[in-house]
This record gives sequence, structure tokens and C-alpha cells, in this order.
Amino acid sequence: MLTYTLRRLLIAIPTLLFIAFVIFMLLELAPGDPMANMPLTIPPEVKEKMREALGLGQPWYVRFPLWLNQFFIVEPQYWIDGLFGTNFADGAQRIISFQSRSPVFDTIAQRLPQTLWVVGMSYVVGVLIALPIGIISAYRQYSVFDQAGTFVSMIGFSVPPFFSGVLLIVIFSVTLGWLPSIYDTTLVVNDWASFKQQLAQMVMPVMVLALQTTAQVSRYMRASMLDNLGQDYVRTARAKGMRESVVVLRHVLRNSMIPVITVIALGIPSIFGGAIITEQIFKVNGLGQLLIIALQGNDIPMVMTLTFLFAILIVLFNLIADVLYGVFDPRIRYD
Amino acid sequence: MTDRAPQASADTILPAGDPTPPVLAVKARSQWRDVWDQFRSHRGAMASLVFLIAMILFVLAGPLVWRLDPTALDIRNKDLRPIVNALWGAEKVSWAHPMGTDNLGRDLMAQIMQGGRISLAVGAAAMILSIVIGTFVGVIAGYFNRLDGLLMRLTDLFLALPLLPLLLVMMLLFRDPLRAAFGPEQGIFILIVAGIGITSWMHTARIVRGDVLALKEREYVLAARSIGTPSRRIITRHLLPNVLSPILVSATLGLATAIITESALSFLGLGFPPDFPTWGKILADSVPRMTAFPERVIWPGLAISLTVLAVNYIGDGLRDALDPRIRGL
Repeated sequence: MLTYTLRRLLIAIPTLLFIAFVIFMLLELAPGDPMANMPLTIPPEVKEKMREALGLGQPWYVRFPLWLNQFFIVEPQYWIDGLFGTNFADGAQRIISFQSRSPVFDTIAQRLPQTLWVVGMSYVVGVLIALPIGIISAYRQYSVFDQAGTFVSMIGFSVPPFFSGVLLIVIFSVTLGWLPSIYDTTLVVNDWASFKQQLAQMVMPVMVLALQTTAQVSRYMRASMLDNLGQDYVRTARAKGMRESVVVLRHVLRNSMIPVITVIALGIPSIFGGAIITEQIFKVNGLGQLLIIALQGNDIPMVMTLTFLFAILIVLFNLIADVLYGVFDPRIRYD
Repeated sequence: MTDRAPQASADTILPAGDPTPPVLAVKARSQWRDVWDQFRSHRGAMASLVFLIAMILFVLAGPLVWRLDPTALDIRNKDLRPIVNALWGAEKVSWAHPMGTDNLGRDLMAQIMQGGRISLAVGAAAMILSIVIGTFVGVIAGYFNRLDGLLMRLTDLFLALPLLPLLLVMMLLFRDPLRAAFGPEQGIFILIVAGIGITSWMHTARIVRGDVLALKEREYVLAARSIGTPSRRIITRHLLPNVLSPILVSATLGLATAIITESALSFLGLGFPPDFPTWGKILADSVPRMTAFPERVIWPGLAISLTVLAVNYIGDGLRDALDPRIRGL
């Protein structure tokens, strides 16, 4: 198992380098010029100096290793410095956003909590709703509950977040006036009233995202339970006279969770990147919204860093999912 | 999956002038007839098929009947409410505009029709592109052992890309060059179709590869190869017909995702140019004023959701119908 994990980690390195290269070259082809919005009165030689100050003067085969160096060496150094008060970085050049002229990672660190709160919470809620639905749907296959569950997950697959979110706003904010339509990120939770306010503003974005998670996970849960319910060991367990709850919740559920856990792990990267639209609708200033703003502002370092971070998460969680699969299921041996 | 080739050739081997009709031919039913019968028993899928056909007719034939120009401004008749609002109060409604008009007096029904044409065309074209790429990669990887490792590594690489952010980047970067080369509408159309197609072929490729890997070890492929059939013909005559059903299922799912992705791009303002309606664009344009005019969000949203729901149900029914294990239950 350990050798497998190590091998996968080693394969992940060239994969990530290649992805970084693809993203870099894609952005390199960009016709947009970050200097386009500068006043025309700036003399050409000054403009050239400004380009160099932004790090744009060099050809790509110089800038790409420089960017890699900044991303993998300089930024972690700053991070360690911030944690332990050391001085590894020694004033090295960080990745600077074109728009805000501040380090990209500082902005990301500011945006991360909102995304983690809203989108992470929605993922947890979605999974918690999905598991019982999947279990009951499979146990009572073709019952009314199963049909309803299928329909709900179909809705979750079919209704895009930019419609379900807007619909919720129309119903609960406009018509009923129960919930705020805009997520207030400046809200500080320090007493009961502000906690209730925080809860109220989180309900809608969380539900919109949870619907999609629920749709997916409950389908997998149901299919996996159905696979296991027909197995011989279930008949054996029943024949031994075990109670039905023990058979279903201990024997079948445990075995069914194996593929579901990997599906859940595979979905985690989307927590960070996938909620772009929902964040846009509810005005949550998280990572997704940051990406959109950076894209519209031609902020290449920000776009590059964010997209690459998402790629790292996807590769990492793919690996974790595969390893978990091997850990939970002793029948699977990768070596 | 059963191989259909022997059955077909048995029919053709019969002498042309044989007076006795082949007994088997009366009883034998074609595979697709079986599939259709099974599909019909799935009520949700049947209803969805009827709905989807109605929707396609609505957007294709609708403008022939409903001859209002979706972009024509009619400032006197702006902000009309849909006709259903007359049920619960005397509001600004008019039979001339059953779905109402927007803040510039453009007819919403004509816009929905025009937008549906674009959305469905983009969805279909992107789905076809992704299916073609996916099938090609899958068949090549499954059939030729030498290319398998390379192509599957490529597929894994694509699966590891953050697709929506990259799609957004592509939209932003290549919008202007393509617009200059092909004109505003065609350029964006090509860009969106290519973008969605290139970022969504991987699942099809994996499914097709898995099936081809299993199929190429079957006896009839060995038989075909032993009589000297070239690889090209083995693929087109023996393998492709047998992987058709998973391809069909993933095509329906691909259509659903393509429609949603296009609408999402339009919603984020990175799709078609303004005043060129698609369902996502109409929805996005209506969001700022949705407190006063919620129906303008609901019409396009319902159109997207119901169409995608119908396509998903059809995919579900197709999967059941094409799976011989559950057929006849």
C-alpha cells in the first residue's frame, strides 16, 4: 500500500507540472494585455519598464520556471515564516496580482474561509441527506420513497444552480421575505442574534449546493446498496437469525460505503472551485468569485495560481480516493 | 451485448429466389425493436421524449408561426406581464405577448424560441463533438495495446484539469480572435462548442475503451481477424455496433451537461454577445430585476430545467432499454 501511494505521488508530480504548463501556455496565448488599460500618454520606454516590473519582459521559457519557483518554493517559505516567525523567504519576490498589486496568496487566504464555510457546509449537509435517502431507496426498491428519491435526484441533476438559486431568492427573499438574498461576509458571529443571522444567510446557498451533492451521492449509495443486498453473505446473515437492522446497517452498509467514500472524496475538490456560479448568485466573496473577477480583469497571476490550486486539489483527492479504496476494501491490492 | 452480424448475414445468405419464407425471420425481431418496446414501458422516459419533441418543435417551428422579431424593440409595450397574471389581478397583460415583454418591449416568447434554438444547437453540436472524440480515443485505446497507456494517461490528465475554470479562461482568451475570424455569432458558437466538446469527452472514452477491451477478445472478432479482416473494418463492422448502446447513453447525458454548461457560461457573461438571446443569457439578463418581474427568470429557467430533466429521463430509459439483463422484466 505504501509503495503504491509513493508511486502515485511520484506520478502526480509530472502530471501536475504538465497541467501547470498547459495552463501557463493557455494564458500565454491570451491576446489580452494587462497594460491595455494604462493611459496612452505614458511614453513607450516607461511602458516597457512597467511591463518588466510586472514580470512580463522575459520569454515564456524563462518565466515558467520562475513561476514554478515562486509557487513551490517562495510561497511555502513565506507561509512557514508566517507560522513560526522564521526568515526563510528573505524578501524573495512573491506572486503578485496584477489587479490589487498584493500577493496572490494573501487574497486567497482572505477568501478561503467564506468558501470553506458555505461550500464545505453544503457538502456535509448534502452527504448527510444523501446517505439515508440512498439506503432507504435501495432497501425499499421501487417503493414510493424510492420513486420520490429518484425524482429528487433527477431534479438535482437537471436544475442548474443559477436557476435553483434564483428561484429560492424569488420565493424566500422576494415573496416571503424570510431570508436575506445577499451573503454578508462582514458579519461577525459573537452572540445569539448574529448567529441566527449567519444561519439565515447560509441556508439558501447551502441548500442550492447540497441539492446537487445529494443527487449524486444518493444515486451512488443506492446502486452500491443494491449491489450488496443481493449478495450471499446477506442471506447468510439473515439465516443466522440476525436482526434486520444489524444486517442492513452493519453488514450491508459497511460494504456499500466503500465505493461511496471514494465518490465523496472525489467531490471534495469541487468544494473549492465548483461553486463559482452559486457564489456569484448569493454574492459570497469566496474563491469562485475571486476567479471570475480575476478573469474579467485580465489578472493572469491570480487566474494561473487559482486554476493550478484547483488542479492540485483534484489530483490529490483522486489519489486519496484510490488509497482509501484500498484501505477500506482488503480485496483490492494494488501492489 | 449480442453480436448482430451473424443474424444479418444469415438473412443475406438465403438464395434470392427461395420460395419458402425463412421461418426464423417471422419470429426474429430486430434488436432495436426490442429496445423500443422496453423503452416504451418506462413511463417517465416516454413522457420526456414527448416533451422533448414538443420542445424542439416549439423552438424550430415556433418562429414560423409566432412571427415577432425577438430583438424588435417596442417601447410602448414594455414590461408587460405574462397572460397568466390576469387570473389574479388586473395587471398589464396582452394577448399579443402571452409570456410578457422585457424592459425594452421585446417579446419574451419570441426570445425563448430564439434562445432555445441556440441553446439546443450548441448542446447538440457540443455533445456530438465530445462523443466523436470520446469514441475515437476509446476505440483506439481499447483496440491497439500500444496506444492504450498513452491515451489513457491523456484521459486521466484531462480528468485532472479544473474544467469550469479552464473553460472560462478559454472563453475569455479566444473570444476576440474567433469573433474577428468568423463573425460575432459564428465565432462564439464555434468557441463554445469546441470548449465544451474538448472538456467533456473523457467519460465516454473510458466507457468505450472498457467495452472494446472486453469485446476484442470475443470469438467473432477472432473469427473476423482469422479470415483476414483489416483492423479498420473490424472496428467499424464488429466493435462500433456493439459499443453503440453505452455511447447512446453517454450521448444523452452529454447533451444534458452541454446545455447546462452553455447556460452557465452565458449566465456568467462569458457566452454569446448581448442582444443574442440564449436561455442562459435571458435568465442572466433578468436577474437584476427579478424582484419586480420574477417570471422573466422563471420562463428561461423552466425551459432549461425541463429540457435537461427530459433528456436525463430519456437517458435513464435508454440505459434500462439497452441493458439486456433487465429487458423483459
